[in-house]
Amino acid sequence: MSKYILEMNQISKHFSGVKALSDVNFKVEKGEIHCLIGENGAGKSTLMKVLSGVHPYGTYEGDIVFEGAVQQFNKISDSVKAGIGIIYQELALFPDLSVYENIFAGNEVKRGGIIDWNQTIVQAKKMLEKVKLDVNPDTLIKDLGVGKQQLVEIAKALSKDVKLLILDEPTAALNEDDSENLLELLGELKRQGITCIMISHKLKEVISIADKATVLRDGQTICTLDAAKGEIQESIIIKNMVGREIDDIYPKREKKKAGEKILELSNWSCYDPQLGRQVIKDVNLHVKKGEIVGLAGLMGSGRTELALSIFGNAKSYKLHGDLVLNGTSTTLKHTSDAIKAGIAYVTEDRKGDGLFLIQDIKSNISAANLKGISRKGVINDNEEIKIAENYKNSLTIKASSLEQMTGNLSGGNQQKVSLGKWLFVGPKLLILDEPTRGIDVGAKFEIYTVMNKLIEAGMSIVMISSELGEVLGMSDRVYVMAQGEIKGEMKVEEANQEKIMQLATQ
Amino acid sequence: MNLFKELKTLLSENIREYGMYIALFVIFLTFSFMTDGLFMSSRNLSNLLDSTGYIAVLAVGMTLVIVIRHIDLSIGFLAGFLGAITAILLMHAGVPMYITIPIILILGIIIGLCTGFLVAQVGIPAFVATLAGMLIFRGALLQVTEKTGTIIIQDKAFNMIGNGYIPSLLEVNGLHLLSLIVGFLGILLYIYSDIQTRKNKIKYGFEVISKEIFALKVVFVSAIIAYITWILAGYNGFSWTVIIMVLIVVIYHFLTTKTVLGRHIYAVGSNPEAAHLSGMNVKKITYIVFGSMGMLAALSGILFTSRLQSATTTAGTLFELDAIAAAYVGGVSSAGGVGKVTGAVIGAIVMAALTNGMNLLGVGISYQYMIRGGVLAGAVIFDVMTRKKR
Repeated sequence: MSKYILEMNQISKHFSGVKALSDVNFKVEKGEIHCLIGENGAGKSTLMKVLSGVHPYGTYEGDIVFEGAVQQFNKISDSVKAGIGIIYQELALFPDLSVYENIFAGNEVKRGGIIDWNQTIVQAKKMLEKVKLDVNPDTLIKDLGVGKQQLVEIAKALSKDVKLLILDEPTAALNEDDSENLLELLGELKRQGITCIMISHKLKEVISIADKATVLRDGQTICTLDAAKGEIQESIIIKNMVGREIDDIYPKREKKKAGEKILELSNWSCYDPQLGRQVIKDVNLHVKKGEIVGLAGLMGSGRTELALSIFGNAKSYKLHGDLVLNGTSTTLKHTSDAIKAGIAYVTEDRKGDGLFLIQDIKSNISAANLKGISRKGVINDNEEIKIAENYKNSLTIKASSLEQMTGNLSGGNQQKVSLGKWLFVGPKLLILDEPTRGIDVGAKFEIYTVMNKLIEAGMSIVMISSELGEVLGMSDRVYVMAQGEIKGEMKVEEANQEKIMQLATQ
Repeated sequence: MNLFKELKTLLSENIREYGMYIALFVIFLTFSFMTDGLFMSSRNLSNLLDSTGYIAVLAVGMTLVIVIRHIDLSIGFLAGFLGAITAILLMHAGVPMYITIPIILILGIIIGLCTGFLVAQVGIPAFVATLAGMLIFRGALLQVTEKTGTIIIQDKAFNMIGNGYIPSLLEVNGLHLLSLIVGFLGILLYIYSDIQTRKNKIKYGFEVISKEIFALKVVFVSAIIAYITWILAGYNGFSWTVIIMVLIVVIYHFLTTKTVLGRHIYAVGSNPEAAHLSGMNVKKITYIVFGSMGMLAALSGILFTSRLQSATTTAGTLFELDAIAAAYVGGVSSAGGVGKVTGAVIGAIVMAALTNGMNLLGVGISYQYMIRGGVLAGAVIFDVMTRKKR
């Protein structure tokens, strides 16, 4: 029998014409901890979804060989039956059910079709011992901390006789103690003979725990590093992660000296009462007139949270620290206050919380500034059409008419409508959250060109982006965030992909 | 031939909107035919519209509540309760009518704002909050009418609201002149606003329907208004109830289509998160919509009490469900952000016409309920199907 428990050979996967994975090879030896590393969108999650049967057999090309046999997983339960357990970043637990109910949810201990609760509790205790979690199985999930919830998830996977355990960024939401605890447990499971695949952005963890590490980039396998050969080092990993060519698709802009500070945050901290944790920690940041500030970092590093906390505290965090706008300390209590103060925020999720998809283009463009097209609360339809027409032309929104529903537009055109809506507000500071996510190259270029025009007109832009090329190509200055903190600040001339990635993966 | 083609595409593109009018037309035609014209007689039509009034105003408010993705189950008994309070103020406390009515309307607004508080501020699901309200107002209605039972109202002016007609000024061949004038003004207003809209659209290079079709549409709608006016003028003319109903629809139609407030309501309904991030105050909108619902419930209570000329212990029973049904038949979507107040009124008339027509035909009450239920389900199925197609 081969030494590999899992071999994924030549895996390719398309999403409506876009290649997400191309000829990926991924081999995992029995009993090792194998880390899967890559930027956002490199294809890690897609690969794991192919493996676990979320993308069923036949929707991808290539072979999955698990324990020496070619597998054809048609649904998730097939992979579970084969002994593959996957734990996602967002935990799939029922908060109002007890620990033991959760461990055996979907896999109930039955006798004659009726659940044997006593046996369930006995078995649950065994599983909890295995993951070294010392809680009463009667405890409700919602009364446990995130770290312990994670352990319950692992116990749940173990209860299904898992041979290969996959963890998707298991420590992303954990504090340091809980993270350490979890990594220790993984070591323990390894001794028990369970193979682990871990997706992680924290390179320190990877270095401390991994036997092997495979780097993915743009849907391709770049390399597999071996700890035994001393290859798992920060510099080597980062070099392989960021090796992407930067195309010269960024329109040139004459660099001018930036003006006075229009926004300054000092010791800015945000506590999210819903998540029950600190999302932003002690951030110091400023934006000057006429510059593009890049806010780099990986997903979940707190960039969006930071933007929303500036934009009228849109998520109702508990705020600490000082926000200074144009030299005066200010409190913005509502998004409308922020808009009045000249701040606009173009969301990363235009379909979710950006656009009114069932409304037409013109109502979307006017939505944030209805005052600008109305008198005494009565809307002037003609004025609205005129203004919407202007933005349609200047942003080259391609649509049959201004009365087309935004839900029917392409991603790029939707993004332009979203941008038009905020330009109509006439902001001094424009926060763009992932402005080019999911749109084609042509539309990207057009959006960059608009950004440059705005800067020349004296606006300031904060650009949140996961694309390093975009950050380096468009910004004047770059902040790098990780775990809710600013990990570094640099002028774009001093920045490069390795530097940013190193700070972002701390 | 070309004209016919355009008419066809126009119909298929706007099937959802026109579907309701077509359904109404078919129902009216069918009943007139089956009752040998009795259904479309002056007297019956007048009665039909008067009995729609108190549900129609509720349906208008309910439409907005559903547009912002909530529901209000309390309005039926709220209307009954406020109707009883009206009767008590008028008959027992001796408060004159012109003071009583504003008091009741304001009381309605305050109660609506309380519901708004529970939903927007405390975060209770509207279904539960208003279910509680429904029980409370039912109890309150029983409480205030406990000693007296049904309260008979002898205030003639007040009873005019639900039973009276606008003065006729002069009768011309048995037709009421003022009603004819009102109807004529209505037609002029309609034609003027339609031409104005069309002109604007042409000015901005928007696609408009061809001249012939436009003319056809204007003539058709005008003819319908004229016909209804003529029929009503032949009996007692426009009733106060119809005038109030039309006023409410015109005001709410203007508010929802032409004002910033209206835009905010539909924005909150279609995507609350996006509305919040666009600087809109979602809570404030929730308050306003429930406040307006409360006011309209008060108005409904006044209309109903006046129509019966008394406040009964069971007034308002199931009004809320009739209003919800009317709103859904009128094309409101529970996914939020879609629904017109004009549609709600048409929906209310459709449901009332069914009841009225079946009563004339002598259809048993058991079948009436089943048929109305079928029509409601059919309307919503039609709505879902036509939405999917787009």
